[in-house]
Amino acid sequence: MQRIGVFVCWCGSNIAATVDVKAVAEALGKEPGVVYFEDYQYMCSEEGQNKIKAAIRDYKLTGAVVCSCSPRMHENTFRKAAAAAGINSFMVEIANIREQCSWIHKDMQSATEKAIILGRAAIAKVHLNAPLTAGESPVTKRALVIGGGIAGIQTALDIADAGFEVDIVEKKPTIGGKMSQIDKTFPTLDCAACILTPKMVDVAQNEKIRIFSFSEVDSVKGFVGNFNVSIRRKARYVDEVKCTGCGLCTEKCPQKKVPNEFNLGLDQRRAIYIPFAQAVPKVATIDPDYCTMLKTGKCGVCSKVCAVGAIDYKQKDTIVEEQYGAIVVATGYNPIELTKYDEFAYSQSPDVITSMEFERITNAAGPTGGVLLRPSDGEHPHKIVFVQCVGSREDGGGCGKTYCSKICCMYTAKHAMLTREKYPDTEVYVFYIDVRTPGKNFDEFYRRAVEEYGVHYIKGMVGKVSPENGKLMVRASDLIEGKQLTIDADLVVLAAAIEPDKSARPLATMLTASMDTNDFFTEAHPKLRPVESPTAGIFLSGCCQGPKDIPETVAQASACAAKVIGLLAKDSLTCNACVAHSEEMLCNGCSSCEKVCPYGAITYQEKEFRMPDRTTKMRRVASVNPAVCQGCGACTVACPSGAMDLHGFSNRQIMAEVDAICK
Amino acid sequence: MQQVIREKAISLITSGKAARVIGWREGEFFYDQTPEVFTCPEDIEKNFVYNGFSGANLSKYLIKESEKEGVVAVFLKPCDTYSFSQLLKEHRIKRENVWAVGIPCEGKLDIDAIRKMGVKGITSLEENGDEITVKTIYGDKKIARAEALAERCRNCKSRKHVVYDELLGEEGEVLESARFDMVEKLEQMTAEERFAFWQGELSRCIRCNACRNVCPACTCEKCVFDNAASGIENKAPASSFEEQNFHIIRAFHVAGRCTDCGECSRVCPQSIPLHLLNRKFIKDINEFYGEYQAGADPEEKYPLMNFTQGDMEPADAFKKGE
Repeated sequence: MQRIGVFVCWCGSNIAATVDVKAVAEALGKEPGVVYFEDYQYMCSEEGQNKIKAAIRDYKLTGAVVCSCSPRMHENTFRKAAAAAGINSFMVEIANIREQCSWIHKDMQSATEKAIILGRAAIAKVHLNAPLTAGESPVTKRALVIGGGIAGIQTALDIADAGFEVDIVEKKPTIGGKMSQIDKTFPTLDCAACILTPKMVDVAQNEKIRIFSFSEVDSVKGFVGNFNVSIRRKARYVDEVKCTGCGLCTEKCPQKKVPNEFNLGLDQRRAIYIPFAQAVPKVATIDPDYCTMLKTGKCGVCSKVCAVGAIDYKQKDTIVEEQYGAIVVATGYNPIELTKYDEFAYSQSPDVITSMEFERITNAAGPTGGVLLRPSDGEHPHKIVFVQCVGSREDGGGCGKTYCSKICCMYTAKHAMLTREKYPDTEVYVFYIDVRTPGKNFDEFYRRAVEEYGVHYIKGMVGKVSPENGKLMVRASDLIEGKQLTIDADLVVLAAAIEPDKSARPLATMLTASMDTNDFFTEAHPKLRPVESPTAGIFLSGCCQGPKDIPETVAQASACAAKVIGLLAKDSLTCNACVAHSEEMLCNGCSSCEKVCPYGAITYQEKEFRMPDRTTKMRRVASVNPAVCQGCGACTVACPSGAMDLHGFSNRQIMAEVDAICK
Repeated sequence: MQQVIREKAISLITSGKAARVIGWREGEFFYDQTPEVFTCPEDIEKNFVYNGFSGANLSKYLIKESEKEGVVAVFLKPCDTYSFSQLLKEHRIKRENVWAVGIPCEGKLDIDAIRKMGVKGITSLEENGDEITVKTIYGDKKIARAEALAERCRNCKSRKHVVYDELLGEEGEVLESARFDMVEKLEQMTAEERFAFWQGELSRCIRCNACRNVCPACTCEKCVFDNAASGIENKAPASSFEEQNFHIIRAFHVAGRCTDCGECSRVCPQSIPLHLLNRKFIKDINEFYGEYQAGADPEEKYPLMNFTQGDMEPADAFKKGE
């Protein structure tokens, strides 16, 4: 018989305000096997932990039940305390009477009743608990960064700087991401390329970093410290090693009419291309959708002009298998599609553009050489209307996003200010719901746009944009003046909401990392563990976790690197002690468990058994590698004969809990 | 066909290709055949039968027989080959010790179906193509074979053999069947009606375990119902409807692996339509994860053992049950 101690925490008033903690302690004190009970204001505090340790020693406890917050919060704390007092840490069970009881109930009587039932279930489980010992598993000292934007670049550089190997997988032909398309960066207005491209070069030159550009993650197996990843290197029809990036092929290619995605389709590129001059790796890529040679077998100009023979029309996708200890997700964002926002005439007029297109038009390396010209006629626009919150901060029912995209207020202020500075004859209007500019030197920046540069900020939303006689008639309401406005604009710029990249959702499934309803990756704790996914070994960098500007992204990227370095610096990790095991006499050898195991922890072997009739028999039975098993329990439910069971969560323990609840 | 199969069985033994042959032996009544392991050609010549009542699925006997020394030959009807294939997938049979002979099947007869037509005092029966002649103490009676078929054969899903070493007769095809019609009817009932239906059926269960013992998907080394540690072993029913637990647990245990061979309903002495429970699972699996026939493809991963991104979300599956 176990000697169990029950410790009921008040959690200040978090629990005690809704649950009669003294009544819970007393009721549980009457349960069989309970030899000690106590309640205290903060069980997790040093004083509280000392109470548990003292009771374990004084009352010779063999097990403990702590009625407190979620085990995700303090299970480890109490387990450590128990171990310090000399009992196995797995003899401690938590009854969650906060998240699952006091926080969700209002009536004290029923909440108290429920807390007692939850405590009783934990006591029933402890009766069947057995001491467990955790093993250890080695750590592969290499990290994978998925996404080569500024987030991925910064994380990779910081990890490499600490001496660990890093691979970057980028689906586009070059790293650099969205930042490489941006013209100037707020609030200091330094040019994006001037601060980004040196970092890209650092990545290329760093011996610890490998870049898999034009590549995607195909599958992820394994677990923290030991991930097996297969990376698909898409065929770019150019030998990366041979190509010098001279760019001759991209000048001679006769197929000139390919929309240039780097300039958001505002101009055209060739079928063989290098996205931009500072691309890393600076290697040409053939676009198979447009290449005449690949489509018809006739052309081959690029192959003829290439001095080093780098063109390979027969190149195929290849798969690279690599092992990693940690995986960083840095998949970034995209502006939303504006096809559903017809009131702004985005698809009707080329002069209604997105803010990202505005960046390209004002960028010195962009389609207009940095001169602000209208896409329709190449004329200089004299009246520009900026519309904020297009698709952001909408009601749940709309086609947009409920969240604030966070970066639009600042970049719109930047666009407005730069326009007024370069082209003082241009009238600039900004329509906004609220201007949100918290951040170091951010509000000052916005005020400068209004006060020094004379940008017309109008609180109100634009109702309709209609192209009429070469002008864009913008009909809007001015909420402060309380009147309707019509502005005959030459150019309308829409601040489109941003959303996570589409590749994030399937990637999350591969990584078993959780996401929110907007497809942003969820962090392990919104305040205290913001750069880790709840899935061990998966880390989050940049906009894949939520909208962020560049300073924030870089800060998070470095934070993420620090967490990765902390993991890779370890030689081994303590394994999960709650692992599966097979009762060999019950095992059929059917392989169901092996099929469902996501970690490849189960193998089968032929073993000789002595049968009840004293004969021996060779039988095919499952065996679990405890260093690999993560204790997910999939095998225990897949096993048709109940041969698989989980230490610490055995079928008997769970049934005992259910029985205690239903008693 | 019986003669062809007998000759094949004898030649397999005399040629030394097989040490034993699993087939059917006539039982106490002509319609009551028992599976048998034959070793002696004379015995086969005399007692090996194959006719409209050779319904038993012989695949399950291969688990024990293939562990023994020497090759065991087995005769498998098309639907039996699905069970055989599924058992191979689950590593329950030593394939190298088995010689599987696929045999044709025109559907098996159900003596109760004949009795239900009001035919009494049956002494024997002759099969002549589409017609059968039932001999009774009151004289002969001719009935259409189709009307005397067992339910599972009226709704035959396939006449194609999925795994075999040699084939006697011609190969058939996978058929369109109406086997889910009754399940659909049950689905359309209200929860109360459905409960009443199953209460009526399952309360007749005498817990003889025949369904479990015959089921080719029930191959555990130790069945939960025999395992003292499981907590549900030999549980005394608290009410006449308690047996639902036995059948529902069984249906869950074979879900995704049941090939719908229909043996459970064939052997039930209380004529409980147990196949309907299994078919409900099969139908749900088809609807949730796409068409799937257990045993049809020896390589295919079964949907319940395989996670894909397109899988139905648990919440949606739950809603279907409301």
